[in-house]
Amino acid sequence: MKRVSLAFTLALAAGLSTQAATAQTLKTVKDRGTLSCGVSQGLPGFSSPDDKGNWTGLDVDICRAVAAAIFNDPTKIKFVPLSAKDRFTALQSGEIDVLSRNTTWTLSRDTSLGANFTGVTYYDGQGFLVKKSLKVNSALELNSASVCVQTGTTTEQNLADYFKGNNMKYEVIAFGAADEAVKAYESGRCDVFTTDVSGLYAERLKLANPADHAVLPEVISKEPLGPMVRHGDDQWFDIVKWVLFAMVDAEELGVTQKNVDDMAKSDKPELKRAFGTDGNLGEQLGLTKDWMSRIVKAVGNYGESFDRNVGSGSKLGIARGLNQLWTKGGIQYAPPIR
Amino acid sequence: MSIEPRAPPPQFAATLRHALGGRAGWRGFFVQILFVAALAWIGYEIAANARANLETQRITSGFGFLANTAGFDVSQNLIPYSGSDPYTRVLLVGLLNTLVVSIIGIFFATVIGFLVALGRLSPNWLLSRISGGYVELLRNLPVLFQILFWYLAVLAALPNPRQSIALFGSFFLSNRGFVIPKPIGTAGFEPFAVAVLIGIVASLLWWRYARRQLFESGRMIRIWPYVIGSLIGLPLVTALVFGAPVRFEIPELKGFNFSGGARLIPEFVALTLALSTYTAAFIAEIVRAGIVSVHKGQMEAGASLGLSRGSTLRLVVVPQALRVILPPLTNQYLNLTKNSSLAVAIGYPDLVSVFAGTTLSQTGQAIEIIGITMGVYLLISLVTSAIMSFYGWRIGRSMGA
Repeated sequence: MKRVSLAFTLALAAGLSTQAATAQTLKTVKDRGTLSCGVSQGLPGFSSPDDKGNWTGLDVDICRAVAAAIFNDPTKIKFVPLSAKDRFTALQSGEIDVLSRNTTWTLSRDTSLGANFTGVTYYDGQGFLVKKSLKVNSALELNSASVCVQTGTTTEQNLADYFKGNNMKYEVIAFGAADEAVKAYESGRCDVFTTDVSGLYAERLKLANPADHAVLPEVISKEPLGPMVRHGDDQWFDIVKWVLFAMVDAEELGVTQKNVDDMAKSDKPELKRAFGTDGNLGEQLGLTKDWMSRIVKAVGNYGESFDRNVGSGSKLGIARGLNQLWTKGGIQYAPPIR
Repeated sequence: MSIEPRAPPPQFAATLRHALGGRAGWRGFFVQILFVAALAWIGYEIAANARANLETQRITSGFGFLANTAGFDVSQNLIPYSGSDPYTRVLLVGLLNTLVVSIIGIFFATVIGFLVALGRLSPNWLLSRISGGYVELLRNLPVLFQILFWYLAVLAALPNPRQSIALFGSFFLSNRGFVIPKPIGTAGFEPFAVAVLIGIVASLLWWRYARRQLFESGRMIRIWPYVIGSLIGLPLVTALVFGAPVRFEIPELKGFNFSGGARLIPEFVALTLALSTYTAAFIAEIVRAGIVSVHKGQMEAGASLGLSRGSTLRLVVVPQALRVILPPLTNQYLNLTKNSSLAVAIGYPDLVSVFAGTTLSQTGQAIEIIGITMGVYLLISLVTSAIMSFYGWRIGRSMGA
């Protein structure tokens, strides 16, 4: 089974290689010619393959942006679909270079897994999906409910905390994959399906009659989702971190996929720095001077990627909310490129 | 004066040399020592290297995490468990869930397997064809597929709790499982339990006495009135004197679910059903092979003694067939136990699901957790093998073989 084989890979990688943590990820990726990117097994809006096998989504765009910055080609990526349980092992063992798979940033994950979060691509929180026929309007009415959940997530612990904190009883049925949990929910085994709110909207699309199901108003946790890289390679950590910052800064600077070529000719000092016509900030990262225009040409700025994948331009239709730029009332904020 | 044969001179050195070095003598012995030392050195190097590399990557290692609070809940726990218990408790809960599925699965697989094998050997055309069809269908479909089939089929067929099928107002069947009244011990429970125990021991003693009388002096003794008296009468009288031993907690629908009562969750039913019917197909073939391997003359001999077909099978053929059946049967028991790890697909909280799944992803300590899990499965398998070997040894001894 995949999980066990991954653990073996890790054990072997740890046991047999004399220097597993050599910090040359950028060189390895360049030599290999492709970026290896860990994604979900199919979560619409974040990472899912279309009918032609092309991966799309907000998480996928992060990897595409990294590939564009390195190779000037957002298709030079090998996508590795991972279950929630397998994702960290795959990163630790070196099977993937970046984990961009709706993963919640927590202290224990940041410290004990031998990996680092590089930023927040999506500010999320955990919610509940119920059948409208149950006539439940609040999560506080869920006493004694059966709850379906995907195993290996922060969701299970939040769920336990929430029901305990509100003195409610519940029964949890934990499945290996999100699809199996949703199927059991749909067949009536559970009253409730719980995961991050964005995930609830995405999974609801897969149900037979999405209109029969409602997302309850309560958000019971903080789930900042972001990409992860291995410990021990600060250059690679910086690259993945700044690729996301570049997307957010591009939106703030008004750089879009359409106007990127015109903006690159601009005389504004901050645009000249960002586009590398002044200074060599991209080269300091180990990339090229035109790294920012490569990224924006490939996937657009953060707002464009958001709208296309999960926002108003997608089937999910999620409002920007917390994920709006800080200048527009949200909390997406990137340090300046200078 | 009698002539005693002279004892052979002691040859301890030679015996030892042969035991340790085989034909090659001391030279072979040293080669083996070197080989074992090399293996141990390689093992040590791998472990030490892994440790060093984990440290440089700052991946937490060691077994300290086992004492941390788990913080998640489990849908079926045979021992009291809550989210504030440590991971060691999770390990135990998962292990018990694996064991209960394995033991009940093995029991049903054996019963179904024997019945199908006898059906397949039956002179009845229809019965033997149906049994043959069962074997071919079940053993040729992937077991994960069968587990999912039973789970989704069982769930699809059952109503939601509010429309559950009720029996006598206290048994409820719905897609939340089968809810039954839960027995709770009262003051009269302990005397009742003692009475039952006395009844069982007394019956066994009577049975042994009757058997010995039959074998030694050929006398048939009628013991069943005493057995019934001690098995049923004694506990009944105790219950009348001390009051009913248990009272029943009747489940009732509250909110979304039943509260009170005991419950069989559908994941458990589907998994046990799938594993036992699947393994039964293999066991049926093993049993059939064992029975066919006993010479046809044995069956005829039984018939000529006037024994019925059933008695001949039970008393003559099956005991001889067991010697052939037992080793491959053990394999099937081990397979069933290991296949129970597919439980995670349908959300049954077995060892792999709660420990090698949730616990692993919460702590990230893949090497330790997979190591512990493999160790536990190895232990379960070795214990199963040991029990079966002991049983085989008993059979071999009783048949004088």
